[in-house]
Order: sequence, then structure tokens, then C-alpha cells
Amino acid sequence: MSGILIAEQILNGLQAGVMLFLMAAGLTLIFGVMGLINLAHGSLYMLGAFAAAWVAGATGSFGLALIAALAGAALAGVLIEVLVIRRLYGAAHLDQVLATFALILILSEGTRLVFGSFPLYLDIPPALAGPVTLPGGIRYPLYRLALIGAGLLVAVFLWWLTVRTRIGIRIRAGENDREMIAALGVDISRLYTIVFALGAALAGLAGALVGAIQSVQVGMGEPVLILAFVVIVIGGIGSIRGAFVGALLVGLTDTLGGIFLPELFKLFMAPDVATRAGASLASMAIYILMSLVLIWRPSGLFGARA
Amino acid sequence: MRKLMMSAAALALAATGAMAEVKVGMITTLSGGGAGLGIDVRDGFLLAIEQSGRDDITVVIEDDQQKPDIAVQLSDKMIQSEKVDVMTGIIWSNLAMAVVPGAVAQGKFYLSPNAGPSALAGKGCNPNYFNVAWQNDNLHEAAGAYANSAGYRNSFILAPNYPAGQDALTGYKRFYEGALAGEIYTQIGQTDYAAEIAQIRASGADSVFFFLPGGMGISFLKQYADSGVGLPVVGPGFSFDQGILQAVGAAALGVVNTSQWSKDLDNPANVAFVASFQEKYGRLPSLYASQGFDTANLLISALEKADVSDADAFREALRAADFASTRGAFRFGPNHHPIQTIYAREVIREGDVFTNKVIGVALEDHADAYAPECRM
Repeated sequence: MSGILIAEQILNGLQAGVMLFLMAAGLTLIFGVMGLINLAHGSLYMLGAFAAAWVAGATGSFGLALIAALAGAALAGVLIEVLVIRRLYGAAHLDQVLATFALILILSEGTRLVFGSFPLYLDIPPALAGPVTLPGGIRYPLYRLALIGAGLLVAVFLWWLTVRTRIGIRIRAGENDREMIAALGVDISRLYTIVFALGAALAGLAGALVGAIQSVQVGMGEPVLILAFVVIVIGGIGSIRGAFVGALLVGLTDTLGGIFLPELFKLFMAPDVATRAGASLASMAIYILMSLVLIWRPSGLFGARA
Repeated sequence: MRKLMMSAAALALAATGAMAEVKVGMITTLSGGGAGLGIDVRDGFLLAIEQSGRDDITVVIEDDQQKPDIAVQLSDKMIQSEKVDVMTGIIWSNLAMAVVPGAVAQGKFYLSPNAGPSALAGKGCNPNYFNVAWQNDNLHEAAGAYANSAGYRNSFILAPNYPAGQDALTGYKRFYEGALAGEIYTQIGQTDYAAEIAQIRASGADSVFFFLPGGMGISFLKQYADSGVGLPVVGPGFSFDQGILQAVGAAALGVVNTSQWSKDLDNPANVAFVASFQEKYGRLPSLYASQGFDTANLLISALEKADVSDADAFREALRAADFASTRGAFRFGPNHHPIQTIYAREVIREGDVFTNKVIGVALEDHADAYAPECRM
């Protein structure tokens, strides 16, 4: 196992991590501020990817496709918040789970009705296609480097938004004490709509960015949703910083585990058994990571102390 | 009053019996991520029924949502309340394993238009179970045979870590004679293959074999093309199917894949099928559509010889496989699985549509490896 391969795998882990961060940031904001478990977050990811694929197909422009993904997912977020979610704030978490699960089914089959059952085509923009050679002789796809850059930009933007702007102060206040900021005259229902739309837009952006190197199809959001939940549990629910650290941890564990565990097993097992056992253990690795973090810090790495 | 209604119902039943109506129960995947496959099987099947002009065949269609428990519920409903004579439609092997043994045990005929798990081809074979597609390993075996003839000596092979994925790598290795540069099991439903592609790049392989059905294959091919690794790729036809090629785009161009059917197979049945499918549904047919179409034509050919109520005669009529298959020569082996030629195809661009072209025969008159284990 060469140094180049290890470096390439670390880049892959980072890239998976920052894309996961886009999903997890929205999920953790919505849970932290609004106290809502939003299972339909994966559907917003899917809607972003479909909006991007549709606009890219019609116009040929990846830039317009990204704008469409952001706008489409944010708009869907506003509609969902106003029509459905708003009725659920006082409800028990189980009712929220039930209602947002229903949203998954409705959005998935609705998307299938509009776009059909076959996957859509969304390609990498030509300017970002193909591999580049990095210092040290690593050949790495340029688009994946761009994804890492885009994810870090969004992280900086979210930091600026929550720390340096008025809306950010309100969001943080909303996490701490909902009743109090309502009593201070902040329009809490508008704040909720804004937070939900922001989370939806981030999910849509992730769907469009990742859709270019994956399959744009109905149901593409659910596997990512599960990972995003693992991320926010590790990072501490409600914490954007936690989501960032958690996403990178999960991305790196998932990528490196899949590569190194089978190699490790080969040291003391027959190769074909080792590959199979290693692959099975690798698919559990992030859940083992989550358990270990929870044993060490029950409210997550950056969670508010219970 | 009740007595009157019951006798009316009995009369109605007797009347339908006299007209020898046949009821077909189709359980297939029509929603969710795997819906494209079920829709193609259904459309191919219904096209053949329509072309036969027979109005005594009723087809009851239900959506299994790709879930084994739902498929079992639907199967119970079809057998007990719908009273179907013949069942068909299932796409996925795990669903077939949940439904088929129960259905044939209750005396129903089952014609599989897709799934061909090894368990139903070997020890678990049944006189009332016919597979009109292939045994699961077949296309992978053909890929291994093609790799030999293409001169590949050091393949890197990968598949998802579940039974069909393990069968795929076993099937490839059964025929492939070279060395292995690497063997990886990926997670089922995995969407990012950057880590695997890095390993392929570092492995010194001269070729790549993969089995990644549905969206997994689309993701892998796009990422592989963008990585610039550039080694030749070979795989079973599932990842290069008409339904998903448009989503893969130029990344699939030139890839060799194996299939028992191709749009350009030059036999009268296939030429007519491709033209009429395109005319009726406005899209090119896929491998799955051809399998649905062949399944219905097999059924119709058997109904022309025997009544479905005479199980022994009907079974013999099915076994004869006396119909014009879209894939040319077609016959059943002793375990009721096809003995057929499997072709190597190459992905090409026709205008702005991506499709496949036959470039040669991978395995001639190929029977599956499990037939000797079947006792019936």
C-alpha cells in the first residue's frame, strides 16, 4: 500500500465528508432551532438533484443547474414548512417522524410521476472534467477537488451567517430559548420558515453537486439521510461545528475503513474470506464510531450538556 | 335471496370455465428506485398479449415495491382471492425466493421473466417453475469467457456484498482463466466509488469486471470515466441496459457487456418486437422488456396447445418452448432454465441515443451450472 494511495483515499474521505456536511448542517439546524426531526430532508436532496438535472438538460449550463437546485429545494422547503411542518411543532417526535415519513413517500412518487422511473442524466461541467496531477504525483479528479472547495466555502458561509449576522443571532437564540425570543418580539414563525428553507437549500445543493457524479434517481436521498443522522448524533444535535467535525469523521471512517479493514484481515485470513468479512465490518464502522463517541460523550462531541 | 346470489355466482363461474379464461397474476416492481425494470417487463408482456389478439387472457398487475413481505402478501391474495392460474413478473431474486416456492407448492405455474436465483435452478427446482430469462450466474460467466478471448490476464473484480453479488464474482471466476489483481465487495446501495477506483488505479490490473445493478452502476461508470484510469471494462448487460444508458451518457461508450438479447439481433421476431415496442411506448425496448415479451409469448404458445386446467399437458407445452423468441434459438434445459447463446455487446452512440451493438458471441448454447443438481 503506497503513500500515494493513502493520500488519495484521505482526499476521498474529505470529499465524502464535506458533502455529508451540507446535508447534516441543514438537518442539525432544523432540529436545533425548531426541535423537528425531519425525515424528508433526503427528499429535498433528491429534489435538488432532479431540479439540477432538468435545468442542465434544458439549458446545458451547470451554473444555472446549481441555482435551480438551490432555489427549487428552498422553495419546496418553504411550501413544506408552511403546509405541513408548521402544524407539527407542538406534536410529539413520533408524530413528526410519521408525518415527515409520509412526505418521503409523497415526494418520491410525485417525482416519479413527473420525471418517470428512469434515472436522469446530469454530467460534470466540461471545465471540471477529468483528473489533475497534484504535488507528489497523485492523479485526482478535478471535480472532486472542486467539491471539497465548495463544501469548505459553505462551511465558512454558515460560520459567518451564524456568528456575524442578525439572523444568525436569532437562530442561535432560537436554539437556546424559543419562548424567550418570541416574547422579545422576534417573529418566530418567519424565523422557522427561513431556517427550514436554508436547510432545504443546502440539501438541494448537495444533491445537485453529488448528482453529477452519481445516479439522479428516485430514492437517492435516503441512504444519505441515514449517514447525516449519524453525523449529527456524533457531532451533537444542533451544533453546526459538531456537524462539520462529525461529517469529516464519518466520511474518513467510511472511506478508509472500506479500504484498510479488508487489508488488515488479509494479514491473518484467507484473501477471499478477508475481503468479505472486511467489507461487512467496514459497513458497520461508522455505527461503531457513533457508539464509541456516545459512550465517551453521551450528548455528542459538541452537544449542549444535558 | 342469498341462495339465489350464490347460484348466480356459480353459474358465472361455470360460464367462465367454459370459455377457458386464463388469469395471469403479475407481481412486479412499479414504484421506487427499481421501478424501471418492472415497468419494462410489464410493458413487454402486455405488448405480446395485445399482439396475440387473445381476449381470454386476463392479467392482474400488482406493485411489490421491491419488498419481499409485500410480494408475499400479493401472492397470497392472487392465489386465494383472485384465483390466478399462472404467476409471473418478479424482478429481484430475494423476492422470487420469498414467493416462488410457495406458489408452485400450491400448484400454480410460475414463469420468471427476470430473477434466476441458483437455489431455484439446482436442488430447489420445481416442475411448475420455468425461467424465461437466465440463471443469475449466466451473464457473468459469459463476461469471464469474453475476458479470456479479449486476452485479459489480470482482472480487478468488484460487486456488492449480497448473495447476487457473490454469485456474480463466482460466475465470472468460473470461466475467467487469468489472475486477479484485486477482488472487492462494496456496500449494497453504495453511491461513491472513489475509494475502489483508487485501488483499481494502484493495483496494476489490465481490465475491470463489475456487477453493480441499477443506480450503483451509473455512479461507478461516471466516476470511473472521470478518474482517467482508462482500463477496459467488462460487465453483465444489466448496467448497460437501455433504461439507464442515457443516464450514464458518454462514460459508457465502448464498454463491452454481455447479454442474451440485444436490440440489433437480426431475427424476424426481434425486428418486429423492437419496431412495435417503439411504436407503442415511444422508447427503445430494454433487455427486461424483451424478457417480458418472451415470457408472454411462451405462455401464449403453451395455451394454444393445452388448457391450463390440464396441468400435465400444459407443463409439457411450456417445456416445448414452441415460440419465436426475440433472442433467436431458445430451449429449456432439464431444470426449466434457458439454454441459449449469450452475446458480447458494445455501447455505441446512435444519433443522440446511447445503445448496444452485438460484437460477437461470448458463450454458445450455454446451460447453467446447477442443472445437474436438479431432480424432478
